[in-house]
Amino acid sequence: MPAAAPSARTVGGPGAASGSPAIECENLVVRYGPLTAVDGLSLRAMAGEVLALLGPNGAGKTSTVESLEGYRRPSAGTVRVLGLDPRADHRVLSRRTGVMLQGGGVYPMLGPRRVLRLFAAYYDEPEDPAALLELVALEEAAETPWRHLSGGQQQRLSLALALVGRPDVVFLDEPTAGVDPQGRIAIRDVITGLRNRGACVLLSTHEMGEAERLADRVVIIHRGRAAASGTQAELAASPAVSFGAPPGLDITDLATVLGAPVSEHSPGRYEVAAVSSPQLTAALASWLAARDAPLSDLRTGRSLEDTYLSIVGEAATETDSSANPGVERRGRSGRGRRTR
Amino acid sequence: MTAYLAQARAETFMTLRRGETLLLTVGIPVVFLVFFSTVHVISTGTTEAVTFILPGILALAVMSTAMVSLGIATGFERGYGVLKRLGSTPLGRPRLLGAKITMILVVEAIQAAVLLPVGGALGWRPVGSAGSWAAALGLILLATVGFGGIGLLMAGLLRAEVNLAAANGLYLVFLLLGGMIVPVAKLPEALGALARALPPAALSSGLHAALGSGVAVPAESWIVLGIWALAAPLAAALTFRWE
Repeated sequence: MPAAAPSARTVGGPGAASGSPAIECENLVVRYGPLTAVDGLSLRAMAGEVLALLGPNGAGKTSTVESLEGYRRPSAGTVRVLGLDPRADHRVLSRRTGVMLQGGGVYPMLGPRRVLRLFAAYYDEPEDPAALLELVALEEAAETPWRHLSGGQQQRLSLALALVGRPDVVFLDEPTAGVDPQGRIAIRDVITGLRNRGACVLLSTHEMGEAERLADRVVIIHRGRAAASGTQAELAASPAVSFGAPPGLDITDLATVLGAPVSEHSPGRYEVAAVSSPQLTAALASWLAARDAPLSDLRTGRSLEDTYLSIVGEAATETDSSANPGVERRGRSGRGRRTR
Repeated sequence: MTAYLAQARAETFMTLRRGETLLLTVGIPVVFLVFFSTVHVISTGTTEAVTFILPGILALAVMSTAMVSLGIATGFERGYGVLKRLGSTPLGRPRLLGAKITMILVVEAIQAAVLLPVGGALGWRPVGSAGSWAAALGLILLATVGFGGIGLLMAGLLRAEVNLAAANGLYLVFLLLGGMIVPVAKLPEALGALARALPPAALSSGLHAALGSGVAVPAESWIVLGIWALAAPLAAALTFRWE
């Protein structure tokens, strides 16, 4: 295309796709009787993008994914996949989406080769079952009935089944749960391959490492709401200096000395909400030296883990906080988290 | 068409590979046929016991496949999340149901291919015209739909393990009330009246008429089986939960 003006070029790697979103939730609410599992969640993901839904168990991840898959009728709000309604347009979408459910959903007595061939027959232009077996490294267990496969092998077969119809959108619910390190690498490679060929991948996980390694963008879900979202760079962009030191330090005093808010969001993990500067580092080091407290893991910016923990909190901090009864406790989102 | 054929093949493969299913659908009927035809435990009122027993055992075979085997397998597929997963593929309910019906018909053909020669070896002689064979086939098809509806009704409502127990329990009740081994006429009057309203007795008395004595199938058999063939699948379709 020699005539195209340079200014009209779209430059962008994975995740920079343009056009209408492949997946969209708009103020999604899912209720089960009196329980609200998803509470006004909005998110979108484009073709060629891997979006991770990160949150603790019970945060509303599966309810969100199942609404997009068409299994749940939203109590309120809208969900769209490839611009279509997952329930009303289920027939069309079933040909263009791939689903990996949490926990099986495979005939127990059929082996990987047989199941893949069966599922391939459901689609007009399926992937080659033999190639899929190789992709997820199950050739040696190709004839082993599902019920005799290891947990990791079952997960890999489950993933392969989500891919057999050459989907444009893939839903993966906790894809690496119970998978050994080698299996995780295989699954990661598959997800990268999907993104590179332009598929949109929605991945739900409660493991930060997985989200960090796999996703272009992360939505942190907490109590059915999107507590934070963005690329990892965006999530890490908030000005902060984080460090490790013995738990239970007097953060009120430190905050006064540094002139910036300090929080201990898990025992021994501290965060100063300030832009890093040589003066700040020096002041922090001398304050710690005066208390004979060794410093470890000093970082500027926040890791995904810092962001996640600051939102979700951690049950483990409960113990620590209760040992410091004078410390202010924050409301529901920062339970167990001390801030000054 | 490819999807339907692949699913039908898989359903048939899985059914024929399950040892407990073969025991239920082929093993037990053959044992009952041989035992009750040679050991005269119950007076069946005809000269050759096998003349009464064979049509009853055919009815038992149909019930084992269409109600018990289908119901239990479907209940476990629901419990394992297989049906949920299939729901996300383009297979669709009609083709899944079609594949299951095909599987049942294949198993019933195998049952007939085993039971009729065994009956012949025990002294059963085919009676009746081509018309009565056609009537028997019609009865079996109607009963298959009705039994299948009952099996799926339970599979869609009950937890897999409860469904397993319930299906086996119903099998036993239907075996005793169904005129398959014990003639319905021998049941106490009230129980007999109940039995005649249920599909097993309707099927077995129809088959007794067509294949045992070679007379016309009583209208009652057609009516009872017809009602069940409509009502049971309808109830199943209305109540079935896929996960």
